[in-house]
Amino acid sequence: MSDNQATLAELVIVACAEAYRDNGEIMATGIGPLPRLGTALAKKTFAPELQTTDGECYYGDEPVPPGGRADVVEGYANYDRVFSALWGGRRHSMVGPVQMDRFGQANISVIGSHDKPKVAMLGARGFPGNSICHPNSFFFPNHNARTLVDGEVDFVCMAGYNPARYVGGKPPKGLDLRLIVTNLCVMDFGGPDHQIRVISLHPGVTFEEVQENTGFPLAKIADAIPETRVPNAEELALIDALDPFGVRHKQFKDNPPARRA
Amino acid sequence: MFDKRMSAADVVAQIEDGMTVGIGGWATRRKPMALVRELVRSDVKDLTVVSYGGPDVGLLCAAGKVKKLVFAFVSMDQIPLEPHFRKARQGGTIEVLEIDEGMFHWGLRAAAMDLPFLPTRIGIGTDLLNQSSFTFKTVTSPYADGEELVAMPALNLDVALIHAQRSDEKGNLLVTSPDPLFDELVARAAPKCFASVEKIVSTADLDMRVNARFSLVERARITGVVEAPYGAHPTSADPDYQLDLGHLKEYVGSAESDEAWAAYRARFIDQGEQAYVEAVGGAAAIDALKKPVY
Repeated sequence: MSDNQATLAELVIVACAEAYRDNGEIMATGIGPLPRLGTALAKKTFAPELQTTDGECYYGDEPVPPGGRADVVEGYANYDRVFSALWGGRRHSMVGPVQMDRFGQANISVIGSHDKPKVAMLGARGFPGNSICHPNSFFFPNHNARTLVDGEVDFVCMAGYNPARYVGGKPPKGLDLRLIVTNLCVMDFGGPDHQIRVISLHPGVTFEEVQENTGFPLAKIADAIPETRVPNAEELALIDALDPFGVRHKQFKDNPPARRA
Repeated sequence: MFDKRMSAADVVAQIEDGMTVGIGGWATRRKPMALVRELVRSDVKDLTVVSYGGPDVGLLCAAGKVKKLVFAFVSMDQIPLEPHFRKARQGGTIEVLEIDEGMFHWGLRAAAMDLPFLPTRIGIGTDLLNQSSFTFKTVTSPYADGEELVAMPALNLDVALIHAQRSDEKGNLLVTSPDPLFDELVARAAPKCFASVEKIVSTADLDMRVNARFSLVERARITGVVEAPYGAHPTSADPDYQLDLGHLKEYVGSAESDEAWAAYRARFIDQGEQAYVEAVGGAAAIDALKKPVY
């Protein structure tokens, strides 16, 4: 399957979809076009039980295309209920923080000091609650050491596996960080003491390149790290149908192929 | 006659320097912007603003009304970063208490229930718990689990401002948007809640037997109603009208310089609400705004 026309964006979509395998009947929230298409692909293939919203206040019967609307809606997802659902744990989000550190602690609030930030962004939003109530996965379109940082993130909005921040060193039982998909590789928290670990490299990427672009030491799933799977023809056709406006083509500069030239 | 109708100026006359003002809505959804603009026109200052923030927070920051902000985010959804909020934060000109969206809900609920706090796990493991404006305390479950939980303090407001689609003269409100958001709790968290409404109609015309599910809160919580057609603009009052992305872009431009802000203010705020509706294109243009995608 190495020589089809798949793009890096489509490879990322397939990798994001994998986060939802065997999750059961939960609310799947992918923030940003590629994670959102990942949830949509999972729902259309191996996980039809997933519930996805239109980003406003309804669950769509079918996944809602980026830039589009739900045709048939199947349920109500006003904010009050979304909070209730997420506090109950039956949700898996995939989000794109501005910074993440070795513990999986993530930041979308400020760069610099909290009292007088160099850059003020959104605010913590629902990240603190999400992080300790239900599984979370992550997407980083630019894997580099400014994003995956040395030390700790500037303002911890999402809790991570940092024992220093918990009574007795033990995080709340709901803390469950799963996959990290980037433009270079797929990682998880499966190393010793939840160390972030590379589990697959996108075609043409080396571990050394990933490590050089990461602010903390990474573990490897094996000495020979597998290659991230390139989408097959069936998946490409489905992705095309799920993204009729072609939003995925605009997510990476020049829309590069899945396999580096 | 039992009548709670009043003007936006009457509302603002009840807001004093240093008060804590809660604002309903969420980002670009059903913000009581006509009341916010009236606040901008007033000489009230040093407010503590509590809001699921959008351009309401930005306008009040730009006008120098905010001493302290309690927030989980300030964003305009399709335009993620609110420019005036950003400027105020990066200038270090406002004190903040940053909390999670759910903690915000919990704080309003505690205030609504007249409780000092509600317990939650949210915040554990994050920097929210230790801020220069506030250090959160924890409570230990008195039951067998003994779990240590964050005590989210009540977000007690002095005044709440919300926007609804319809009311009668007595303050019976209908919020017909797909999502009522947390406006019921905002109303309950304050001893005084003022609502701007698209239209004031007779009690019979509320058709409450049919519309009861859209009734926000019992009218005893509502101190005054202000008829303010398009009073949520440039945010949405779906299904009556949608957010105005074009205007929000113009508003973003007003953060580029002091002159740009002065020009925006002169054109859209200083002339009052009737002039505002005309300046943004008139009623027909607002009615024609397309529903955004999220």
